[in-house]
Amino acid sequence: MIDFELEPQVVKRAELYHAVALNMMRSIARKYDEEEHTQPWDFFEAMWAASRQEAGAQPDSAERQGARAGGRSVETAVLVEEMCWGDAGLFLTIPGPGLGGAAVRAAGTPAQQERFLARFKGERPVWGAMAITEPGCGSDSAAVTTSAVRQGDYWVLNGTKIFCTAGQLAAEKSDGLVVVWATLDRSLGRAGIRPFVVERGTPGMSVVRVENKLGIRASDTAAIVFEDCRVPLDHLLGDPELKRSAGFKEVMATFDATRPIVAAMAIGVGRAALDFVREFLAAHGAPIRYGLPASRQTALEAEVVEMEVQLKAARLLTWRAAWMFDRGMRNNLEASMAKAKAGRVVTRITQKAVELLGPLGYSRELLVEKWMRDAKINDIFEGTQQINMLIVARRVLGYSSAELS
Amino acid sequence: MVDFQLAPEQEILRQTLAEFARERVRPAARAADEAGAIDPQLVREGWELGLISAPVAEWMAGETSTRSALTGAIAAEELAWGDLAIALRMLVSSLLTLPLIEMGTDAQRRALLPRFAGQNPALASAAVVEARFDYSPGELQTRARRIDDGFVLDGKKCLVPAVEGAELILVYAASEEDAGRRRHDAFIVPADSAGVARRRERNMGLKALETYELTFDGVRVEASGRLGGERAVNYPRLISQWRAGLAAMAVGVARAAFEYARDYARERKAFGAPIATKQAVAFMLADMAIEVDASRLLAWETAWRLDRGQDAAVESELMRRYVANATLQVTDSAVQVLGGHGYIREHPVELWLRNARGFCAFEGLTMV
Repeated sequence: MIDFELEPQVVKRAELYHAVALNMMRSIARKYDEEEHTQPWDFFEAMWAASRQEAGAQPDSAERQGARAGGRSVETAVLVEEMCWGDAGLFLTIPGPGLGGAAVRAAGTPAQQERFLARFKGERPVWGAMAITEPGCGSDSAAVTTSAVRQGDYWVLNGTKIFCTAGQLAAEKSDGLVVVWATLDRSLGRAGIRPFVVERGTPGMSVVRVENKLGIRASDTAAIVFEDCRVPLDHLLGDPELKRSAGFKEVMATFDATRPIVAAMAIGVGRAALDFVREFLAAHGAPIRYGLPASRQTALEAEVVEMEVQLKAARLLTWRAAWMFDRGMRNNLEASMAKAKAGRVVTRITQKAVELLGPLGYSRELLVEKWMRDAKINDIFEGTQQINMLIVARRVLGYSSAELS
Repeated sequence: MVDFQLAPEQEILRQTLAEFARERVRPAARAADEAGAIDPQLVREGWELGLISAPVAEWMAGETSTRSALTGAIAAEELAWGDLAIALRMLVSSLLTLPLIEMGTDAQRRALLPRFAGQNPALASAAVVEARFDYSPGELQTRARRIDDGFVLDGKKCLVPAVEGAELILVYAASEEDAGRRRHDAFIVPADSAGVARRRERNMGLKALETYELTFDGVRVEASGRLGGERAVNYPRLISQWRAGLAAMAVGVARAAFEYARDYARERKAFGAPIATKQAVAFMLADMAIEVDASRLLAWETAWRLDRGQDAAVESELMRRYVANATLQVTDSAVQVLGGHGYIREHPVELWLRNARGFCAFEGLTMV
């Protein structure tokens, strides 16, 4: 039965998260944008305490998060939108399993999930990160060159990973873990790529650089080098006997779960800009009016209502993709639709917001210019807009990646 | 709880109408467009689907209405996938029956609804749009003046479908109330009333659907002819209902164009390979697929609000604008994917482009 209404408890949680976004994130958003590479530990501690409290109040939440059917992606999308309304950069620094944890859940055996995710229930904030991208390959993630070679009871990893979100927090600043995608045998192509868990402090893993970025500056984006980095055999996620199992599919399974969430991130930033523009214009004598013929609508109003409905379209696509994931339906097409649409729409909305406020929009006195810089990442990470369009095209045409590349 | 699954009965209806659209409507579309007329036999078949008579029968049987704007939207999309003009013609009487069921007085319903049941139903239409560049449904210029025993209508309407043969036309007009406050009302006007003049229109699209310009020159309507009587109608809600129905139809047109272009691009070879294997074309198709789905979700959301009793005035305004633009973009892309062949009237995509452009102007052409 078609329904667009969130459950009351989700609405309640969204209100709570909105308050957090407003009071704890907005208030420090500019500071950690200006002071790149510094970390808001008070914020980390507060968020960690809150998540532990929440997990305590809902003892089954960790288990439910791991389950596909009966999952809570729609709720997550709603809450992530609220937090990114607060600040997308800070949202990405919130301690927790993150993309690394998502990979463990998507590709790990139950025993591995239990073991590797246990650290996220401790006293101190912990981060998980995922490392796929390399200097020589981004969207073409099947071309990874980081190698994993078996030596006795260990896998030995060698290679360089870049653009690893929260990589420094996971690898150096907490008792975290990094899921590294490496190839067992380059001649196997995609099938040879497997995920390995590397825990903080493993010799041979080092963060060599934290990037200076256009936006989401509160979040660390790390370059990590693996040099004869040895991890035990059972740190290979999944069944170690299945050497030829489809490792790449596991990356994709991760993306099917995370792309709607990244879309929700984008929507949060877009809504921040849209809300601000609307309130600012109303406060300055130019409220947005509805129900007028086009001949009497101002150009400003036309732009704002267009932004509003584009954002809504992106949100509905996002909820649908998340809902499908929760129901255990294959959502590869819909996840990419949502991600492509949300990234594009929100990039445009935030750029428009700067334009609509004129020189004020361009000023660092307001957060609007920051939202524009922050928003752009959603058009790039977790699959660029173009990669997601390619996936949509393949799915609707019924083409393999060989037939449409 | 957020859910994107059709109810089982909606899925059955959807499949039934999809088959009807594929087997009966689509094959008739081109000939109807060229001839500027729809085969009456096909219109009768459409009536037999029960889309209009079922809610009427429910009311006559004294049952609680099971009508749902969302179910209507699902049906409208499928029919319009076959052909927009034929779909509109099949649903035209609902422009009177649905407002009558929801907002009419008991006397009005008793007098009129039985005419829309059974095998030889009456035909009705509605007059909403006015031929002005700055037309807005919230600011009608057709006027209703109150006189002792009723009203007098003056004004000009356009895009009034299927007037030939229509017995009743629901005419929307602005009426002056006490203290100069203007409100919008709907009047049930017999098509042969004195002072009503008609002229068939010639438009870029919807050629198969006969649409008329109607002039109302001092047309007298009895007091009982105002829909809803003294309570009148919930006009914002009616606007949203038109928009939901039209948007669903726009989605049907856009989906038709997307699917046709997709299939063509898989077949058509250039430089030794199907053109769909080129990103320039494949990305257009991906975009079309996204916009069709986004439009449908927005249309459904408005319909869902209507089903919950909301007027959805602002939501439907934004939704309508989005869907009209997206449908234009998708149908334009379909013509583009076919290239020169898309411009030739042997393929349907040019027809869909012409029809799609109309969604910026259509208002009150359908109701779900």
